[in-house]
This record gives sequence, C-alpha cells and structure tokens, in this order.
Amino acid sequence: MSRLSQKHLLGIKDITRQDIELIFETADNFKDVINRPIKKVPSLRDVTVANVFFENSTRTRLSFELAQKRLSADVVNFSASTSSVKKGETLLDTVNNILAMKVDMIVMRHASPGAPHYLAKHIKANIVNAGDGTHEHPTQALLDTFSIREKLGSVEGKKVAIIGDILHSRVALSNIFALQKLGAKVMVCGPPTLLPKYIAQLGVQVELDVMKALQWCDVANVLRIQLERQQIKYFPTLREYSLYYGITKKILDSLKKPIVIMHPGPINRGVELSSDAADSQHAIILDQVENGVAVRMAVMYLLAGQI
Amino acid sequence: MQKKLILDSDLLDITLSRLCQQLIENHNDFADSAILGMQPRGIYLAELIHQKLEKSLKKKIDLGYLDVTFHRDDFRRREIPVKANETRVPFLIENRNVILVDDVLFTGRTVRAAMDAMIAFGRPKKVELLVLIDRKYNRDLPIAPDYVGKAVNTLASQRVQVEWQAQGNKQNKIWLINQD
Repeated sequence: MSRLSQKHLLGIKDITRQDIELIFETADNFKDVINRPIKKVPSLRDVTVANVFFENSTRTRLSFELAQKRLSADVVNFSASTSSVKKGETLLDTVNNILAMKVDMIVMRHASPGAPHYLAKHIKANIVNAGDGTHEHPTQALLDTFSIREKLGSVEGKKVAIIGDILHSRVALSNIFALQKLGAKVMVCGPPTLLPKYIAQLGVQVELDVMKALQWCDVANVLRIQLERQQIKYFPTLREYSLYYGITKKILDSLKKPIVIMHPGPINRGVELSSDAADSQHAIILDQVENGVAVRMAVMYLLAGQI
Repeated sequence: MQKKLILDSDLLDITLSRLCQQLIENHNDFADSAILGMQPRGIYLAELIHQKLEKSLKKKIDLGYLDVTFHRDDFRRREIPVKANETRVPFLIENRNVILVDDVLFTGRTVRAAMDAMIAFGRPKKVELLVLIDRKYNRDLPIAPDYVGKAVNTLASQRVQVEWQAQGNKQNKIWLINQD
C-alpha cells in the first residue's frame, strides 16, 4: 500500500499503524534527500501550501516551510499577529479567503482544540494540523517516534516515559497515540497537578516519582512547562519543580543503563532539563529537529498524492 | 490473457554477455565510468551486468541505485502513488561517464525523471542508457537507448513482465502480456 487512509493529518488518533509506517518509509527516503548536496526534489512543484499560524511558533513553522521548499511547493505564510483576524474575521472566512487564491494544502496551528477538524469539514484543501491548543500535534509525535526508531531500531516493545507538563501538552497526547499504535509501552510522569485526571484510561502507566520513571524507561521524552497556558499556579515555583522533576547529567549517570533523552523544544534549560543533560550524548534533541523536516516532507508528499 | 515469452534465461544470458562486450568497447576498463540501476526493477539488471563486467575485467566497478519517484512527472496523476525506494549512490558522478540501466524502456518518462534525479549527485561527463527491452514506437519523449538487449514491437495496451530470480522467481524470464 502506498496511500494514506486519510485525506488530512488532523491527529494521530485518526490514522492507522500502516499509515505511520508508510510515513516512516517515505521519510527515510527524504532524509537521504536532505543530506545530499542538492537537497531538493520537484515532487510538489504544482502544489501551493499555506502556512496558517494563529499561534506563535519558530521550530515547527520553519521546519514545515523548509520541508515545503525542499519539495518545490509554492509557499505562502500567514500569521495571526499581522492579519485581519485582529479586525474580527472568523476562522472560516480567513481560510476561505486564502483558498480563493487557489491554495491546495493548509498547514494550520491554532489555539483552539479541534480547529483543524472544523476546517476539514468545511473546505476542500488537505489540512495538516501543526498543533491545536492542548489537543494534538501529530507531526511532532511522528518525528519523535521516527527518531526513536532511528536510534533504537524499532519502537515496538520499547518503554517510553513522557515527563513534565502532560496537562497542557499536545505533544504528550499525540505521542501517546503514536507510541501505542506502534506497540511501545508508555508512562507519563509529572506532578499530580499537571497530570490529566483520566489519563490512565488511555492505557498509560502513571508515575509521580521521576527517578522511578527514568529507571523504568528506555526513552525519556521531557516536556516543557507551558507557563503561557497556565492561568493558575500548578506548583509553587519553577525552582521547586526543577528540584523534584528536573533531569540532570548526575541523575542520568546514576542510572545503571543508557537511556535516550528527547525534548520537543524549546528547552527551558535549568528547569526540566539541565544544560549538561541536554548536551550529553544521551540527548537526540537535534536529531529530532533534523528528522522533523524529513517527516514533514513525507506527510505533505503523501497527502499531496491525494489532491 | 495471453502470455508470450520474449527472453528465457539462456537467451538472456547471451544477451547480457553481448551487452557487456558493447559496454567494454565504449568504456574500456570503466575507470571513468559508473553504472546506475534504476529502482525498482532496473537494479536487478544492473547487478547482473555489474557482476559480469567485474568478472571479465577483474576489477571493482562503481554501481549505484537511483530512485526516481520524487522526480516523476505523473505524481498526482496516478490512481495510486508510486512507493519510493532507496537511492544509493556511494560515489560522485561529477565528470564521469554514467550508464543508466533499466529493464524496460516504454514512454521514456522514467528515464527523463532519472536524468533529473541523477543531477543531484554531480554533473556527469556523459550519460548513456542501457535497457533490456526497448518497446518501439511507444515513446512520449525524444529519448533513445544506447544499448538494447532486445527491441520489440508492442501495443500500448500490452505489458512487458520481467521476472528476476533475485526477486524470488524460479528463472529470469521476460514475458509480453496481452491484456484483454
């Protein structure tokens, strides 16, 4: 099979294991392409993609834009801060206006969970969710699992701990779906106030002690504390959080086995991850960034095949 | 559905030997030349030719695999997209003679895509095309092979089926299939 089961990539929840494996196999080829002297292929030269970002982003947006350019697509960028959204235009109107300019694919980030699903119901273009509120961030989960597969050979049977602010993290939810579909065991770890109440119903283990989580896992995916989404205080101070949940090189060395440290970025150095841990040989954080471009190329290439 | 055998394994062996001789005539000891097999099925032909050439010249010859999927011009025009394969070109083709190898030459579109894909690895001095089966009178583009195993007259509705041992078939065989 060489076709995705979906027309859009709205979340990992909606796609199958076969879809994920097809994306990985295609991404392998694109990773090879972006390491060549000429990093470009002409596949999407007749496709126009709009990057519609209603929320701030550096890494994801840059990664998507690079992926589009390496596929030779035409790209238009839109960010809410400089647009008519400020003047009171609705989401559907904004996007319909962009579509009227003949755009084939939309990459969207929005602060409201479900925004890309709403759009998918109303417009014809392919939609890639680049993060919707605290809901899903599918391409991040794909590149995380792709990086685990690259580092450890496969995802099946591996133990992955997701550590930090699970409550506000779309990366956590997408990662849980992706890891479970690929046959990994998943644990979430964080202060009780930052763990969603019913998270265990997703079939993940819940652990409050970070040392126990690290001793259990093969891979630790460390998440950032999303202060911008926290309207109330979930823990006394960042200093205290770092004391109880911060991962340092000293802690990693005290484990009797090598584990892989991942982080979706941006890192708050000295809070969830100390500098010496982030820069240690355990960390594959920059590999994740590199793989992000290849995985996003694969997603857009496979979706464009269905336009 | 009617099947007609175009090449059996004995005849194929003779054809390959002849193709190798022709290559040696033009490329001497292959010091400045390299072979690029086109994915997915051209690589089996390229491997067979590569083996024969290394055996008769008693030296290492560069062999690479080229996948043209991302360079095809029929992407988004096909019902089912083509799956990508591995590209492995472990040498620079800058200023070298490159022999593109594929099993069947039909419309010439794959070869066009291959030339496009190849440029990512340098600017070759000269590019040649070797095909096992040349389906005459079916070209969409002005592309002609330099080395031909066998030229056959075919209708656009017919299909050439190539069975390689390396793909798990009993024998190397090439068939012409009439589709009803």
